[in-house]
Amino acid sequence: MLLTVLALTLVALALAMPTIAREATAWRKRRAQRTKPRERRILPDPGRERRAEQRARELLRSCVNEEEWAMYRDLGFIRVRGASEGYAYLIYPHKPVVAYIPETGRLLNEYCVEFPEMSDAITGSRLPESDDVLAKWMALTGDERRLIRTANMHLPGRQVEPGRVRRDLWRLAQWERERSSARS
Amino acid sequence: MKFLRMKPGHGEVLLTEGDPRVREDEERLIEEFRRQLDEGMWAAVPTHAPGSGRRQAVMIHEYDEIPSGADRVIFFPRASGG
Repeated sequence: MLLTVLALTLVALALAMPTIAREATAWRKRRAQRTKPRERRILPDPGRERRAEQRARELLRSCVNEEEWAMYRDLGFIRVRGASEGYAYLIYPHKPVVAYIPETGRLLNEYCVEFPEMSDAITGSRLPESDDVLAKWMALTGDERRLIRTANMHLPGRQVEPGRVRRDLWRLAQWERERSSARS
Repeated sequence: MKFLRMKPGHGEVLLTEGDPRVREDEERLIEEFRRQLDEGMWAAVPTHAPGSGRRQAVMIHEYDEIPSGADRVIFFPRASGG
């Protein structure tokens, strides 16, 4: 009789082993989580980007001329004339550079270019808007051919809506007229 | 002369500054200039044509190309097709 009870107990234990092992593992995990020190959470500073943009605006302002700065401040983009007569570019923050013919307003191309900071490639952070504009301005006015060669060229409308560019050209013309009449 | 570098999340940061006419300063500036270019930066000096009001940048590939009298060199990440 005793042997039977012993045998049955052993069989029951053997059958219950997987469940016991599973529960023991889960308990160990829970215990480890409870005792593990909490990782320090780095809270984003909501003012950081704004302060960076403010500094970038000041730097841009100190580099471009008064008209270009006023254009960026009032319209949100800068027009840069091409190395030769007959074409110009619109520089938008974090958007392709758009080439066009000032005389007719005809859009020529979009030049997709960016300035990735390789040390921050993993976080995917990018330059403040005004720094991006300044980088394009310096690269275009300093070595237009190299920038254009580096950029990916597309037909108008790939990233910047042509309707928007035409509206911006119209706004630019209005803006220049107002400035001109204010001066005279 | 100041060396500035555009950085995401910061705006520009001051890398170093010094008087290029002082030998020790110049050595430090040259060393920093090379380091930035080795890190893949482009360098430019904003300039303006006296009288015309037109401004433009001069891209700098060697330390010796920095225009005399330039008060700053701006380093920014090398362009790539977007």
